[in-house]
Amino acid sequence: MEFTVSKILWTLLGLFIVLNWGLIMGGTMRKIGARVAKRHGIPIYQPYIDLVKNYAIRTQITHGIMFYLGPVFRLSGGVGIFLFLPLIFGSDHWSNFSFSGDLILILYFQFFGMLGMALGAGEGGHPYSAIGIGRGLSQFTTIEVPMTLAVIALAVQYNTLSISEIVAAQQGGIANWTMITNPFATAAAMLSLLGAFGHSPFNLVKAPNEIPIGPPTEYHSTYLGVLRTNAAILHVVEAALFMNLFFGGATNWFELILKTFLIYFWSVFVGMVFPRFRIEQSVRWFVKIPLVLGIIAIIIII
Amino acid sequence: MNRLTATEDKLPASVFGLPTNFLKMKETDDNDKFLHEENKKREATAPDGSIIEIDPMQDYFCDARPQVSEPYKIKIVEKFLNWARSESIWVLGFGTGCGSIEIPPLVTPRFDMFRYGVQMRPTPRQSNAFIISGYLSVKTLKRVIRSYEQMQSPKYVIALGSCTINGGMYWDSYNTINRLDQYMPVDVYIAGCMPRPEALLAGFGKLKELIKTGRAEKANEYVENFDWYKANQKKIIKDWNMPDYNW
Repeated sequence: MEFTVSKILWTLLGLFIVLNWGLIMGGTMRKIGARVAKRHGIPIYQPYIDLVKNYAIRTQITHGIMFYLGPVFRLSGGVGIFLFLPLIFGSDHWSNFSFSGDLILILYFQFFGMLGMALGAGEGGHPYSAIGIGRGLSQFTTIEVPMTLAVIALAVQYNTLSISEIVAAQQGGIANWTMITNPFATAAAMLSLLGAFGHSPFNLVKAPNEIPIGPPTEYHSTYLGVLRTNAAILHVVEAALFMNLFFGGATNWFELILKTFLIYFWSVFVGMVFPRFRIEQSVRWFVKIPLVLGIIAIIIII
Repeated sequence: MNRLTATEDKLPASVFGLPTNFLKMKETDDNDKFLHEENKKREATAPDGSIIEIDPMQDYFCDARPQVSEPYKIKIVEKFLNWARSESIWVLGFGTGCGSIEIPPLVTPRFDMFRYGVQMRPTPRQSNAFIISGYLSVKTLKRVIRSYEQMQSPKYVIALGSCTINGGMYWDSYNTINRLDQYMPVDVYIAGCMPRPEALLAGFGKLKELIKTGRAEKANEYVENFDWYKANQKKIIKDWNMPDYNW
């Protein structure tokens, strides 16, 4: 890992591309959802307009310092994952600041944004925020367990904690992908990914028509703009993380875009088919199926 | 708690051509008797044993007067932002009267308001447009005012149905208001009883046109005539057990 000016500029360019791809991908998925419901739906560039609109709101209110910092923490969670995630395998420019222990750091960053947001939304003082946080954290805790088990299975299998090395070990054809070599870990992780992306059936935390939008109830204007910017980045980097861990990584941008699209589409596809779980149902589901799969993956690999 | 002290010299001579001198109000503590028990001043013991005074109306609510929010000075930037605002109208999911039944069809394939950039939001903080859908009872008016004031500027109000214009078929009812624009500024009226969802879509089209041309600045009008609106609201809402300002 080296910190040169050109390296930092390349990383910023990567962030810009990832942000734009995240916004377009989000719009496309909503368009697909609308077509399933036989609607025209939003134009795919609608997320851009929404973002500009949110940043252009003239008034803001605050509930305190932590209320300010909530979206900032959330954004640093998303950008943090991006910074330490190698995007394109074998490329100096697009490997960002990945290093030998980046896998653990990225797992940490996944929870970091969530906790920051919980503190910020808590200061907002809205009862619905508190309920949303309670539900979100309990669901995410049960998501983390199978996901971490799958990642540990991978670390044992490839004998490394470096994402770049895990990608390198999967090169040479689909037969080398973790998806084939370690199907149980892949299944556990892909099922917990459904919860991490927060689409139906696991979208109780932020569903607009359950508890009005959950933790971000009080967030508006620029705060909401920051949260939405982060959501766009986070969707791509989470999909890219899973692409690197289980689906052979990407050797060029086209491959990255295709694979992240398909991985994100997996959660949207499931969401289109299945109705929403209540929180105790989703928690119970996560500790049943993905957790058992994760434990099997660990037992097999050890 | 800041109490309303509307006097003749603070008010404009007329608003919408109506004289405002009938709005003389005297300073009273009448409001206190409507305060709910949990909103009254009280003393509490802190974890360290000290006694602290809690005044919910001061501690939990903001009592700053609203300010006029100016548009950007650079014309072309403001024009671009207005375009974005008009193409992304987030509507507060709040149904007030029988007209609220006309809103759900807008999200169905037949009318599909999403293609015009109109989306529903569940919280006033994130919403830009408020549809007053039909008659407004006094009890609901209070909630409407709270929700409207929690919305961030620029915000727009669409009045749906005849009841919001002159009371409609409820014009002599004992508990509904007749003219909405006495209590909050209205950007677009959609006449009819009830207007069809197509009319609502046409109303959104009109609102977009107003925003794009920079004529949808009613949020500032509310701020400029704040005392007049507050006096009107307090005249009709008898149990004013909330702070004067709700943001």
